[in-house]
Amino acid sequence: MKKKILAGLLVVASLLMLLAGCGNNSAETPEKRKAAGNINIGISQDLDESLDPHFTVAAGTREVLFNVFEGLVKPNAAGELVPAVASDVTVADDGLTYTFTLRQGVKFHNGNPVTLQDVLFSINRNVQGTDGTPLIASLGSVSDVKGEGNTVTITLSEANPEFLASMTLAIIPEDYDAQGTAPIGTGPYKFVSRAAQDSVVLERFKDYWGTPGTMNTVTYKVLENVEGLILGLQSGALDLVAHLSPTQTAQLNTADFHVVEGTMNLVQALYLNNAVEPFTDVRVRQALCYAIDKQEVIDMAFDGYGHPLGSSMYPAFTKYYDESLTDYYTKDIDKAKSLLAEAGYPNGFDMTITVPSNYQPHVDTAQVLAELLKEIGVNATILPVEWATWLSDTYSGRQFQSTVIGFDASEMTARAMLGRYYSQAHNNFNNYNNAEYDELFLQATSCFDDAQQTQLYRAMERNLTENAANVYLQDMADLVAVRNGLEGPTFYPLYVLDVSSLHWTK
Amino acid sequence: MKQKKWNGYLRVGMVITACMLLLTLVGLFYAPYDHTAMNKAEKMLPPSSSHLFGTDNFGRDIFSRVLKGAGTTLTIALSTVVIGAVCGTAVGAVTGYFGGLVDEGLMRLNDALTAFPSILLALLIISLTGPGKYNVIAALGIVFIPSFARVTRMSFASLRDVNYITSARLMGASNARILLVHMLPNTMRVLLPAVTIGFNNAVLAEASMSFLGIGVTPPDASLGYMLSESQGMFAAAPWYAVCTGLTIVLLIFGVGLIGEGLQARNREVA
Amino acid sequence: MKAVAKRLLTLLLTMILVSFLTFAAFDIVSGDPAETLLGTQATPERVAALREELGLNRPFLVRYFSWLGGFFTGDLGTSYNYRQPVWGLVAPKLKVTLLMCLLCFVLVSATSIPLAIWSYRWVGGAMDWLRTGFNQLCMAVPPFFTGILVSWLFGIVLHIFTPGGFPDLHAHPWGAFKHLFFAAVCIGIPRAAMTVRMMRSTVVEEMQKAYVRTAISRGNDRSGVLRTHVLKNSLVSAITFLGQTMAEMVGGSIVVEQVFGIPGLGRFLVASISNRDYPVVQTIVVILALWVVLAGTVADVLNQIIDPRLRTGGKA
Repeated sequence: MKKKILAGLLVVASLLMLLAGCGNNSAETPEKRKAAGNINIGISQDLDESLDPHFTVAAGTREVLFNVFEGLVKPNAAGELVPAVASDVTVADDGLTYTFTLRQGVKFHNGNPVTLQDVLFSINRNVQGTDGTPLIASLGSVSDVKGEGNTVTITLSEANPEFLASMTLAIIPEDYDAQGTAPIGTGPYKFVSRAAQDSVVLERFKDYWGTPGTMNTVTYKVLENVEGLILGLQSGALDLVAHLSPTQTAQLNTADFHVVEGTMNLVQALYLNNAVEPFTDVRVRQALCYAIDKQEVIDMAFDGYGHPLGSSMYPAFTKYYDESLTDYYTKDIDKAKSLLAEAGYPNGFDMTITVPSNYQPHVDTAQVLAELLKEIGVNATILPVEWATWLSDTYSGRQFQSTVIGFDASEMTARAMLGRYYSQAHNNFNNYNNAEYDELFLQATSCFDDAQQTQLYRAMERNLTENAANVYLQDMADLVAVRNGLEGPTFYPLYVLDVSSLHWTK
Repeated sequence: MKQKKWNGYLRVGMVITACMLLLTLVGLFYAPYDHTAMNKAEKMLPPSSSHLFGTDNFGRDIFSRVLKGAGTTLTIALSTVVIGAVCGTAVGAVTGYFGGLVDEGLMRLNDALTAFPSILLALLIISLTGPGKYNVIAALGIVFIPSFARVTRMSFASLRDVNYITSARLMGASNARILLVHMLPNTMRVLLPAVTIGFNNAVLAEASMSFLGIGVTPPDASLGYMLSESQGMFAAAPWYAVCTGLTIVLLIFGVGLIGEGLQARNREVA
Repeated sequence: MKAVAKRLLTLLLTMILVSFLTFAAFDIVSGDPAETLLGTQATPERVAALREELGLNRPFLVRYFSWLGGFFTGDLGTSYNYRQPVWGLVAPKLKVTLLMCLLCFVLVSATSIPLAIWSYRWVGGAMDWLRTGFNQLCMAVPPFFTGILVSWLFGIVLHIFTPGGFPDLHAHPWGAFKHLFFAAVCIGIPRAAMTVRMMRSTVVEEMQKAYVRTAISRGNDRSGVLRTHVLKNSLVSAITFLGQTMAEMVGGSIVVEQVFGIPGLGRFLVASISNRDYPVVQTIVVILALWVVLAGTVADVLNQIIDPRLRTGGKA
């Protein structure tokens, strides 16, 4: 009998040896990738249905396609717009005419040179949209697009300081109809292939006009649960994963990885539905603001990483950001309780916090908030929902009491952040309705003077804070886990990951 | 002599299950810490005398959470099995005993439901009702009906034409009486193992649902929810996954042994 | 022949019922494909245009029958999320899951049947105790708990496979195999334990039957009877149970694929459900249902070959 057991154990042991032994010659290892100049990046969300840059929706898709496409201008790491497909931009003094000079020798990934026709096509496609409405809101003021030789002239019907940001729109070839599945652009990396729910592969574009990247092949691996991404890093399948939380990076061995800290560039808040009892009452909303210590939330759920915020604007918008609003409400339980009593809730109330269940940091934040709200007698129940349900019921349907989520800006304009609180905005999902705010918004969008517009936007920020539109929390820390030996991740004020800045050390 | 040995399973199973029950009962009234209380000074501490199972990423006491979570898991699993067994046996009795068109129709529906991946069915029900403990119970209860129906139907069908049932019918016993008094006790032989396996599956199904984000809602904690939470911090706080996982194993193990013992005793009696 | 025809008809009916139920269920569930695709950038106009484009504005029954019509002519539709034919997306995932389940099935059958027979020796006694205890313990381990432990031990510590980095099935077949092997073990442990337990109790029950007692009292030796009569008779229930195992493995694979990061059918199903990519969900559900029904059918047919008495059909 003992012999049999022994034999069994031997079989198991030799099987494991076999599995271990034969493994390493075929498997891909970080060392092999380093030698070949390749990199594997983990992402938690598959890309959009269409890879056509003009129709991208998800921030995660923009993050990847940033490496494949360029506009006439493109943002740099400081958030400034620098020339790209255009070599030069001049703006007329009245702010109505923009003249772009096309850069010589820029090629598409298919080898064809970028022509004036391609540029005009790309711009017009965005101005006209699919049904006559522009794909980007700030293109609404474009009255004419003309091209001659190697210059493009765009005329606006009214001056718009935010216009240039929209010229980051991707330049794509005119006669090409597979943009959605096999995109072609002018960026430093070209698209190679994609496998649904599995991977996206990019390759260095040799004929890039600017400084080319050093990585030869970039493989994005899609793993929708973050635990999988962490495992992937530890097992050597991945080299870099962005957008991690401190709890997640704490799992990694410091001998193999280092963590680079940036910010997510978004406004995380407990968004309150202003049209639903009891949040119709400004005193109740203020009471919640007084009850919640932002730093406490950051310490508890994010180990202290994160930048507390007081309004719908994050620090990367240096022009508009108002740091003084952060401490507008400081934790004051007595004040919160008396505000609640004034509003008719001396014993607190019950509320629900809806959170998208696929996003652990928001779920964690909600748990901390629920704990903190207990102190003023508010009993919060957390309602995790699927992302699709969140979008249709909470966001579009506006059926919710409160929700924890983060909003980013799709372009570097204050309007992208503040426009949604205009009472008539289609995306005013929390039903903020304030006459003064609406007035400010209308003034700001029709204002031609940059300095004055900035002042108006700042006033709007203050309005949101004073009326406690939401319980603003933080701009979340964006922790990037990087394999040792890999250098150069740079942070942009936008949600992008610039692959061409990455390189392995010798 | 032999009798005593058989009942050993039952006894050990009972002891384990009783301990688990006792702990969860105690957990209802007393736990070392509030299971939701957070403490930023005590994050991710390994097990010690002040925190028996250590703490999690919010500094919450894992032992207190396990006590609470075991209670939730037990509630869900037991309710699910009861719903599944009662409704399933009812369906099985009707279809197995009467046969005919009702049988044909219900069994086709049963087949279709069985052919569904159970997690998908649960997901659909949760999408309709929203998440939460009671909705999870309802969803899993419905998911579990078909398997019980199938097991009991076979038993009822095989008993239908047995002599003593035929004679009971001849003696004028009502259908209800035949089903309840004469047939039901005889289906216990197949129902008992099905119940213990059902309990096992219910705990697993609850864990799977939590893992996919459609289980209980925080701050409610179930063992499955905690296990999925702990996976994300396995390298930094392995005790979280291990303590929670072992509790699940013990829970299922205890009930499994009871099932084994009961079955063995039945075999002895027969 | 008639029995076969009836079988096929029921199979077809079940599949149609399953597809109809799925279709109906997603009609009620909250979350709209168009809104999900457009995310927070959605405007009412764009949602309306996309709904029109995807054909979501047609009445429920029209949509269902056009899907069913497409299905029978081999057109599984186009994924909302990838704008590609569904079959092209699903086929590679099916291959992976199929391989994993087959691997698991082989592991379960290869370990459980010999173990069940082997363990019959110990009825009563300390070894029986130990065996039953161990057996119950294996049944009590959730695959996804073993999954966490296994991927940590064999993946992170021993580097035998790379969790979170499933290699391409064609480029690195051996790496993929190792990955699937560990996943299959995690799914297989409780299933194998259940099979052993079930088979063993059938053998024990069978051994107490009159014909066995008669055979033994006539002077046949116990193991001879076991091999010639008892095993054959308990094989029927073993095959039925293994059929069930095959069917239930698919459900188990959904969560294990998440833990190991295997790009299989289950993970794709879960992702497609949360993306509300109905054409994909519909196809995967039908494939899984077909799998479950087929597993049962194959088990029945095998049993009828072994035990001709069962051939009269479901008239029991």
